[in-house]
Amino acid sequence: MDDIVTRSGAWALLAFICIFAAATAVDHAFSVHMVISALAALAAAAYTMNQLGKPEGPSEAALQSHYYDDVIRWGLIATVFWGIVGFLVGIVIASQLTFPLLNLHSEFTTFGRLRPLHTSAVIFAFGGNALIATSFYVVQRTCRARLLAPGLARFVFWGYQLFIILAATGYVMGVTEGREYAEPEWYVDIWLTIVWVAYLAVFVGTIVKRAEPHIYVANWFYLGFIITVAMLHLVNNISLPVSLVGSKSYAAFAGVQDALTQWWYGHNAVGFFLTAGFLGMMYYFVPKQAERPIYSYRLSIVHFWSLIFLYIWAGPHHLHYTALPDWAQTLGMVFSVMLWMPSWGGMINGLMTLNGAWDKIRTDPIIRMMVFALAFYGMSTFEGPMMSIKSVNSLSHYTNWTIGHVHSGALGWNGMITFGAIYYMAPRLWGRERLYSLRMVNWHFWCATLGIVLYASSMWVAGITQGLMWREYGDDGYLVYSFAEVVAALHPYYLIRTVGGLLYFTGAIFMVWNVWMTIRGRLRAEAPLSDAAYDPAKDHPLPQGQQRAANPAMLAAE
Amino acid sequence: MADKRVDKATGTQTVGHEWDGIEELDTPMPRWWLIIFYATIVFAIGYSIMYPAWPMLNRATAGVLGWTSHKQLRQEMAAADKKRAPIINALATTPIENLPANPKLLHAAEIGGRSAFKVHCVQCHGSGAAGGKGYPNLNDDDWLWGGDLATIQQTLQHGIRQPGDDQTRMSQMPAFGRDQLLTPDEIQDVVSYVRYISHQEPASVSARRGATLFANNCAVCHGPDGKGDRKVGAPNLTDAIWLYGGDRGTITQTVTNARYGIMPAWHGRLDPVTIKMLAAYVHSLGGGEASPAQQQLAETNVSAEKADGQP
Repeated sequence: MDDIVTRSGAWALLAFICIFAAATAVDHAFSVHMVISALAALAAAAYTMNQLGKPEGPSEAALQSHYYDDVIRWGLIATVFWGIVGFLVGIVIASQLTFPLLNLHSEFTTFGRLRPLHTSAVIFAFGGNALIATSFYVVQRTCRARLLAPGLARFVFWGYQLFIILAATGYVMGVTEGREYAEPEWYVDIWLTIVWVAYLAVFVGTIVKRAEPHIYVANWFYLGFIITVAMLHLVNNISLPVSLVGSKSYAAFAGVQDALTQWWYGHNAVGFFLTAGFLGMMYYFVPKQAERPIYSYRLSIVHFWSLIFLYIWAGPHHLHYTALPDWAQTLGMVFSVMLWMPSWGGMINGLMTLNGAWDKIRTDPIIRMMVFALAFYGMSTFEGPMMSIKSVNSLSHYTNWTIGHVHSGALGWNGMITFGAIYYMAPRLWGRERLYSLRMVNWHFWCATLGIVLYASSMWVAGITQGLMWREYGDDGYLVYSFAEVVAALHPYYLIRTVGGLLYFTGAIFMVWNVWMTIRGRLRAEAPLSDAAYDPAKDHPLPQGQQRAANPAMLAAE
Repeated sequence: MADKRVDKATGTQTVGHEWDGIEELDTPMPRWWLIIFYATIVFAIGYSIMYPAWPMLNRATAGVLGWTSHKQLRQEMAAADKKRAPIINALATTPIENLPANPKLLHAAEIGGRSAFKVHCVQCHGSGAAGGKGYPNLNDDDWLWGGDLATIQQTLQHGIRQPGDDQTRMSQMPAFGRDQLLTPDEIQDVVSYVRYISHQEPASVSARRGATLFANNCAVCHGPDGKGDRKVGAPNLTDAIWLYGGDRGTITQTVTNARYGIMPAWHGRLDPVTIKMLAAYVHSLGGGEASPAQQQLAETNVSAEKADGQP
C-alpha cells in the first residue's frame, strides 16, 4: 500500500512540475505540451491511487500461468487507429502535392507541417505500436513465459502514446528539430528515451525468465531493433535547449557532420525499425500462419548477423554527390551493395517456409498477405542497394523514385506484414473462434495491392521522368527544362499516386470493420476459407521451475 | 521436447528446437545466395581499392584510379565550357545592337538565354514568360521601359527600382489616396476616366470629371492621352494590358496606394554574356522592337520611298 501511495505521489509531483513549466514557458507550444503532459501524469496518479483498496487479485502463481495480453490488445487497437490516421494524412498531403490549393492557406495545414505528421504517424505510431504489441506477444509465446513487469509494460504503452501525441501536436504547431524522422524536440526525445529503456527492460527481462533453452530468431531481431534504435535515438538527438521551459533546441552537430549523423540515423531507422523489427514479426507470424517450420536455421543466423553488421554503415548513400567526403560516399555505397543478400536472407527464409504449404496462398488470405509482404520486401531490398550505386543515385536522388521506393517498402512490406499479424492475433487475443470475416481480409488484400501498384509505378515513372528532365541538355549545351516545367510534368503521376493511396486506405477501412466486429465477437456468415489452427489450451506459459532442458545432443554440438 | 525429426513435406531434417510450435529446418544456405553475397563482397573490396575509401590517420586512401568528385566536376565543366567557348567569346565581343546582323549568333544567344531564363527569371515571370499580377508578360509588345535589345539589356543589368544601383530604372507613382492628394470621390472619377479611355466603360459624368483630374495629376507621366511614357516606365492606360489589373477595384487600389514594383539588378550576379543572352531571348519572345538606329534607318527608307512616289 505504501508503494501505491509513493508511486501515485510521484506522478502527482510530475504533474505539478509540468504545470509549473506550462506556467513559466517561454513559448506557447511548450506550455500546450506541458499541459498535455500534466494531464497524462494526473491520469497516471489517479489510476495508481485507484489501486488502493482493490481486492487482492489472483495469486502470483495463477498469474504466471497466463500470458499478459492486456497491453497487447490495447496495442493492436492503437496500431489500427494510428494506421488510419497516418494513411489519411498521407492522402491529404498527396492531394496537396497534386492540388496545392489544399494547403488551405493556413500555417497549421501546410504540407511542411503535415508531412512529418504523416511519416511519424505511419512509422512510429502505426509501425511502432505494431512492433511493441507484436514483440510482447511473440516474446511471451516463444519464451513460454509471462511478460516481466506488466506494470512497466503498461507504462511503455501509455508512455509511447504520449510521445506520439506530443510529437504530432508539435508538428502542427511548428515545433520541430527539422531532423528527418526525428523531428520531435528535446523534451519529447527525453521522454521517449525513458519509455524506450523501460521497453528494453520488459523485453530483455522476459527473455531472461524464459522457459525455453534457446532464444528464438524473432527475438534476436526484436532485440536488435530495440537496442539499435536506442543508440540511434540518443546520438542523433544530442542537442542543447535554448531554455529549460521552451521548445527550441540546437543540435550538437553542424554542417556535413550533422547531415551524416542525421542520415546515419535516418537510414538505420529504416534498417532497424522497419526492417529488423518487422523481420522479427515475420519470423513468428509467417511460420505460425503457414504451420510450417522455418526454412533454414543456418540462413537465419548468417543473414541476421550480416544484416546487423552491414546496415549500420550504409547511411552515407543518402549523401552522394554532396559535401560529404568521397571516401565516406564510397563506403556508404559498397556497404549498401553488400547488404543485398543479407536482406534477401529474410525474404528467402520467409517465402521458403511455405515449402509444403504453397497451396495456402490460394486458400488462406492471411498467408497471401504475408507472402505479398515478403515479395515487396524482396523488391525494395533489391531496389535499395541498386539506388545506392552512385551512377543510379545521380539519376534517382531528390526525385519521386525515392518516394516510390520507400512506399513499396512501407505499404508493401511493413503494412502488409502488420495487417497479417493483426489478423492473426485479433481472434486469439479476444478468444474468438475466428476472425469476423476472412473474405474481408481478401478484399483488404486486393484494395491494398492495387493501391500499392498504382502508388509505386506512378512514382517510379514520375521519378525517372523528373531525373531525366532535370539533366536534359540540348545540343547547344544548355539545360532544357525549368524546375516548374518538371513539376508540371509530374501532375498526372501525383494524381495516380493519390488514387493509389485512397485504395490502400479503403483496404484499411475493411480491416477496421473486421477487427471491430471480431472484438465484438461477431462471425460473418460466409463460405469458409482456410486459416491456421489455434489451440488455446497450449497458449500459456510453462509453469515456473519446469523449464525445458536443451537437447543434450544439441548442446554438445554447440 | 521436440527432437530432430525429418519433415515430411520437404524431406529435410529439423534442427530440434521448438518454440510455441515453430520448428526450424536444417536446410543449407542456398548456394546462389552465398555466391551472390560473396560476389558483392568482392565487388566492395575491388571498388574500395579503385576509389577513395578507407579513412587512415590523416586522410583516406585515395584509390588507384585517382578519381575525386571535384576532379570529375572540373573535367565535365571544362568540357562543357570548351564546347560553348566559340559562341561565348563571339557574344562577349559583339555589342548587342549588332546581334541582329549575325542571325546565327543571335539564335545561339536566344537558346542560351532561354536556359538562363528558366533558372533565374521564371520565379516571377513564369516558365512561359507570361508573367502574373505585378510581373509583366514578356511575350507581348507592350513595354514599360522599352523593348529593343539594348534597352532590355539595360533593364536586366540594373533592374527596376533596385536599391543601391545608380543606373537602375527609377520612378515613383504618388499614392494619391494615402497621401490625400485626391479625395476618394475624385479617385473614383479618375478611375472612371481610365476605364473610359481603356474602352471598358462608356463615357459618364464621373469620367468627364475624371478627365480634368487626369490632366492635372496623371498626364505628366502617363501623357495627355494616357498612352504612357517609357522614360518613367509609366504604362499605357488605353490598351487592354494591365500589370496589376484593370477592374475598378484594382485601379482604385493602384491610384490610392500607388505601385512600386521592383526587379533585381542582375549585373554582378550574372556574367555580361548571360545577361546579353537573356536580353536576346526576351527580345525574341514576340514583342522585340528594332533598335533606335535601325528604326531611324527604316524610317529614312520609308520617307525616301515616299519621295519616289512609291507606297
